[in-house]
Amino acid sequence: MIRQIRLKEKSMNILRRWTLFFLAIEIIYFSLVGTNYFSLKNIQEIFISSTIILLLATGQTFVIITGGIDLSVGFMVGFSSVISAKVMVELWGKGFSQEWAIAIGIFSALLIGLIPGFINGFLVAKWRVPPFIATFGMYGIAYGIAEIICGNVPIHNLPPKVGSIGHGYLIYWLPQKIFSFLIKPGNLTRQELKDLIYIVPNITIVTFIFIGIFAFILAKTKFGHHTYAIGGNINAAERAGINVKAHLIKTYMISSFFASLAGVMYVLLYITGRAPAGGARLLDSVVAVVIGGASLYGGKGTIMGTVIGALIIGALEVGLINLSIPTYNLHIAVGCILIFAVIIDQISPEFIYRDQK
Amino acid sequence: MEPLLEVRNITKRFGGLIAVDNVSMKIFPGEVVGIVGDNGAGKSTLIKVISGVYHADAGEIYFDSKRIKINNPMEALRIGIETIYQDLALAENLNVYSNIFLGREKLKKFLGLIDVLDHDYMLNESKKVLNRLEIEIPSLKNKIINLSGGQRQAVAISRSIYWNARLLIMDEPTAALGVVEQEKVLNLVRTLSSQGVSVIVISHQMRDVFSVASRLVVMRRGQKVAERITAKTTHEEVVGLIVGSIGVDVDN
Repeated sequence: MIRQIRLKEKSMNILRRWTLFFLAIEIIYFSLVGTNYFSLKNIQEIFISSTIILLLATGQTFVIITGGIDLSVGFMVGFSSVISAKVMVELWGKGFSQEWAIAIGIFSALLIGLIPGFINGFLVAKWRVPPFIATFGMYGIAYGIAEIICGNVPIHNLPPKVGSIGHGYLIYWLPQKIFSFLIKPGNLTRQELKDLIYIVPNITIVTFIFIGIFAFILAKTKFGHHTYAIGGNINAAERAGINVKAHLIKTYMISSFFASLAGVMYVLLYITGRAPAGGARLLDSVVAVVIGGASLYGGKGTIMGTVIGALIIGALEVGLINLSIPTYNLHIAVGCILIFAVIIDQISPEFIYRDQK
Repeated sequence: MEPLLEVRNITKRFGGLIAVDNVSMKIFPGEVVGIVGDNGAGKSTLIKVISGVYHADAGEIYFDSKRIKINNPMEALRIGIETIYQDLALAENLNVYSNIFLGREKLKKFLGLIDVLDHDYMLNESKKVLNRLEIEIPSLKNKIINLSGGQRQAVAISRSIYWNARLLIMDEPTAALGVVEQEKVLNLVRTLSSQGVSVIVISHQMRDVFSVASRLVVMRRGQKVAERITAKTTHEEVVGLIVGSIGVDVDN
């Protein structure tokens, strides 16, 4: 009996890590067939291009663990990008310094971004609207409002510092000459500029700080624990005295917060605010969470798994570009991986609940 | 000895249907009472009144000789009345000790700042209560989904005992269990009783109630038709009372 359990645990451990193997194989493959795929520059490129998926998927993980889903996150990115870009442009035009205009722009997008999450959570928790419907409604509403705000044209002419923040790095290193934190050294010759080594993008640092905080909350705190409990058995959670409604509202607000943060990152990266931004990332975010081992029935999933899931998609995307394969092939690949992940989940039912201490 | 719980003249109606009709009963500390009756006899309605799910239309409830009003299940829990329903109310994706502490998690400070779950404390406390009740579960880090039906029942019971339940109401505790597991659950009921916990068992299984209960309350069509000391009655008599082939007690 005990031996059987041990054996089961062993096979579970191997299966549990299939995503990690998959990511490793993917990187090895592209490193062999691509050009300069396995380089500092390109690895950082993978992280940068995974930013939106990483953020959306982290918020989505909380919602999916409770047994729900948040479809609004796609256009929440556009909504938040338009708000922050608009505020930055307006304030800068009114004579605010670039720094203040950017800070207020970011802050207001993050704050306003909590409202759709609150509404989603309220609809799901209090009025028992199925999450699929409530958040799908919000998906359209967020897109429409974003188009109204930006008058149907992308917002340009942002303060130039937006770009230097969004494309900045933690460390600039010119071997034996310059070692600079956060500030890009000026007055470089063309050769020096070419040799300059960039280490850790700002965007990635911020992204992983937030992911780290919320991974901690999910894994270690009472809030995280209750998130699993609600997904496992909502009635048991209610009878145990957990305020399930308030918890669900907070969960959807976490998701919309991450979507807003993704919108802000979009502005910093692409130096524009567009209503349709991130719409195509909705599916990717759900796929990343499911690859990461979460079940759409709720009750399981981890942020670590989700991060690996997001990086699988990001590494694939960069790899296809590296090989000059048209990116629409990405959709085929992502679709296949998704189905594969769900099959693995289905064929091992004893495997459904795992990882949660 | 004073009764732990006494209900007097409880009546509960649903529209024109009288589900519980003027029922009175007592239960003493450490006593196991069986409530038996056919489907629709009013057993479940009666215990739902006691556990705060339904409000009685008439009648009084006394706990520790004090008259109490139970407005909802949370209040019943606070008083010390816990009901173990057939669905057990466990989160199957969480482990044993997490379920025992669900909603009342023990926290500790992380880096002196942030409240995080104190897994070691919860694990050790859970071990203590399981040992006290002589329950064997291989590892308390096992998730509920990996446990048998009887083990799940034991977890649900340990949870209520840990949180100081003084009266346990068990609704069909042995339904859906194998024979060996049934015996374990009945043993657990005996252990609870020996430790001063009162238990009301509702069951269709004559064998179960006869083996653990010291007193039987027989219900039929919403009324309490008889009360018997288990040692002084027989299966045949109780079945007769349930189906109505034996008349109602005169003194009732």
